[in-house]
Amino acid sequence: MTTLLAILIDGAIYASWLFLVAAGMTIIYGVMRVLNMAHGSFYAIGAYSAASLVSWYFSGEHGGPYWSLLILPACAIVAGAIIGLAIEQGLLRFLRGSDEILMVIVTYALLLILEDATKLIWGVNPYFAYQPYKLLGQTAFGAHLRFANYDLMLIGVAIVIGLLAWAALNRTNKGRLLRAVIHDREIAIAMGVNVNAMFAATFAIGAILGALAGALTAPAISVSPGIGVEVIVLAFAVIVVGGLGSIGGAAAGAVLVGLSRSFAVHIAPEIELFVIYGVMFLVLAIRPQGLFGQTLARRI
Amino acid sequence: MSAIILETRSLTRTFGAVVAARELNVRIAQGEIVGVIGSNGAGKTTFINMVTGYLPPSSGDILFDGNSVLGRKPRDITRMGMARSFQVAQLFPKLTVMENAMVSLVAAEGTQPSFLRPLDTPQRRERANAIFEEFGVSRYRDAFVSTVPQGTRKLVDIAMALVSRPRMLLLDEPTSGVSSEEKFALMDTVMSVVRQYGVTVLFVEHDMEIVARYVTRIIAFYSGEIIADGPPRSVLGDARVQEFVIGRDLNVDSAVGESA
Amino acid sequence: MSLRKFFASPTEPALLLAAAVFAAGAWVMPAWLAFLLTLALAKALVVLGVVIQMRAGLVSFGQALFYCIGGYGVGLASQYLGVGDAFALLALGTVAATLMALACGWLLTRYREIFYAMLTLALSMILYGVLVKSSALGSTDGFNVSPPSFLGWVPEGDARKRTLYLLTVFAAGAVALGFHRFMVSSLGRVTEAVRENEIRVEYLGLSPQRMLFANYVLAACVSGLGGGLTALASGHIDPDMAIWTTSGEFVFIAILGGTGHVVAPFIGAIVFSVLRTFAIQEAPNTWQMTLGITLLALILFLPKGLWSLVDRSKPEVSA
Repeated sequence: MTTLLAILIDGAIYASWLFLVAAGMTIIYGVMRVLNMAHGSFYAIGAYSAASLVSWYFSGEHGGPYWSLLILPACAIVAGAIIGLAIEQGLLRFLRGSDEILMVIVTYALLLILEDATKLIWGVNPYFAYQPYKLLGQTAFGAHLRFANYDLMLIGVAIVIGLLAWAALNRTNKGRLLRAVIHDREIAIAMGVNVNAMFAATFAIGAILGALAGALTAPAISVSPGIGVEVIVLAFAVIVVGGLGSIGGAAAGAVLVGLSRSFAVHIAPEIELFVIYGVMFLVLAIRPQGLFGQTLARRI
Repeated sequence: MSAIILETRSLTRTFGAVVAARELNVRIAQGEIVGVIGSNGAGKTTFINMVTGYLPPSSGDILFDGNSVLGRKPRDITRMGMARSFQVAQLFPKLTVMENAMVSLVAAEGTQPSFLRPLDTPQRRERANAIFEEFGVSRYRDAFVSTVPQGTRKLVDIAMALVSRPRMLLLDEPTSGVSSEEKFALMDTVMSVVRQYGVTVLFVEHDMEIVARYVTRIIAFYSGEIIADGPPRSVLGDARVQEFVIGRDLNVDSAVGESA
Repeated sequence: MSLRKFFASPTEPALLLAAAVFAAGAWVMPAWLAFLLTLALAKALVVLGVVIQMRAGLVSFGQALFYCIGGYGVGLASQYLGVGDAFALLALGTVAATLMALACGWLLTRYREIFYAMLTLALSMILYGVLVKSSALGSTDGFNVSPPSFLGWVPEGDARKRTLYLLTVFAAGAVALGFHRFMVSSLGRVTEAVRENEIRVEYLGLSPQRMLFANYVLAACVSGLGGGLTALASGHIDPDMAIWTTSGEFVFIAILGGTGHVVAPFIGAIVFSVLRTFAIQEAPNTWQMTLGITLLALILFLPKGLWSLVDRSKPEVSA
């Protein structure tokens, strides 16, 4: 029974993390048809900026400790917006309409560049910013189970972000325009939608979300080179399971993958990787467009 | 009475709430030249896509030579003897016209392509040249398909379908995208080759003069249903066909007069 | 049989000549150069695997999977099966890679474009994860590969480097010749047709997936051989052989050379290896950035690779 509860809560925490990581990637793909390999870099940059800023904050008497929790999203928004806009306006803008696989290679090149850039800026030694993590204490579930409140907070953040995204897409005019572009870019352009501004904004938002995932994760891990790359394939697995371009899909995919992985970790840790990718292959085999994905229009 | 080469029974296809094909019952006999008309979205290409195995029907059956081909893939159906051409010519743009033809020849040979033996053999070249002669596209033999004019592309598209000597050929708008002056030349070429090999033909066409000139029978589609099926004069003169498909301005007598 | 009929085209004697020249240099060039070229040529074989799939219209972001299996096949056979002969080891490594491809290929070739790219990446990262966690296989350190014997003879020191170099040149020459034939073969051309228009190939009566599967297995075989040769030459294997950055290097070299001519991957690999040795010495922390910038430059300005600079006369023709 305790194991079941542990699996569920662990799964929820991991699913929340997965959702936060994957949300930005799926939005960018949905709107721009760009599978952004550099999303891992947004994550890493978010983590590094948060970690270094939090470390700085706690190294001197800069104020009450709880403000550090606000530093995290603040870092993410600033770092994500800057780097997202820079990349979209500086490079991607000129490659619009290119083959999807070409964009994967382009964003892969960006990943390579940004990986070294983060090494140049922050060095190769790991950063630790445990303070916010410890700040919130722990909660006990029964006699044997304890979870850090920070991790549980992640679940809340994921739900809030998910709801905000859903509301933005379905209840606002700009959101409806975005959905139109996701559905059929050509018609949207023909109807006069300002696709340029839309793309810039979308990429920036995707970058911010990626950076946010990294920033929120930073207090829980040792931030070091390579953390960005680990998340890319995971994020891809999640958004593919959920259906490329769908926020609801990213949530569903995150829950499915998160719970499966949690199950594996508690019952048979050696098969953790197999379970994650196994779920992906299984869903793809049964429903190639993912749980919430669109089917493609006919070609002949 | 010729044998029935293609038959569909209550062939239906829906896409959500849209009924693209509703209870289509068609019987084509060997040797017939059938024209299929209907406005855009009437279900003509959906019909061809289903019959050739590209699109699974929602219900109903398709029989080729009396055998059900439901669930078969396009490549199996092609091997059984039914080939098709496409509304937008489906060729290999970065290969030359000659290479396009040779790929078709290799596929028609029936065995799996070889790892080491070359595609370009004297025998295949000879056969390809003969095909180009028949279709009058010899001058484009070594040109890359992406550089070749539209009419030639449509001809190559049809030629590739005929390489396997199919018993039935489905042409999806063979003259679409081709200028009015060239349409008749294109169809004359295709039909003469087709008659030579005794191929049963079904072709989708929007130009009524083309349809009327070459066919012995017309099937008219409207909104997923067949609203008329019979000799050109009666179909083109049918009130519903005139209302929904061709309009009332067509001078049926002069159009049909060419072929009758 | 006259020589003219033996060779399918003028490129073939040229290839053999090049291989002969390379081979002749085995005892003339300094041992460190022979070693460098050995690794470069072995890498070229792996890159050829990427090129084979690119000609089919697919980009493999996980070719390191087969490179690693080829290497570990050699290493494990040497360590645990007591196999000492270089030829036997290479055969085992290559067969291992081919078997993996036979197992995964049919599932993988159901996908295209970004799915194919990411799924190949996923597979290679699964192997990486498994190897890293496996202490029996040395975890992140990997383990060493004992010097092999060549039909009984065990060369030492420099002689070993030169012998492996000779073996690699022989392998590379044979593979290049085979690939050249393959490019213009029925399967080679039909594969290009699949890239150009899969639906048409299906309608002509062939199975596009079957063609892609054949290419996938062929690519794995060649990449496995490259991995095995690398293991023998460097004397060491570790999980980094399967990591995503390794796959990325193969893709980079493939794009650098282009897919138009059989020698392109070989020249690309040699150029790359030379530059890499230099860069790792001078500026190790910006090597990936240099790769990234070069890759972007290639895509933006030379999409058909460096070979297109040489080959400006002909439009998109394969040798």
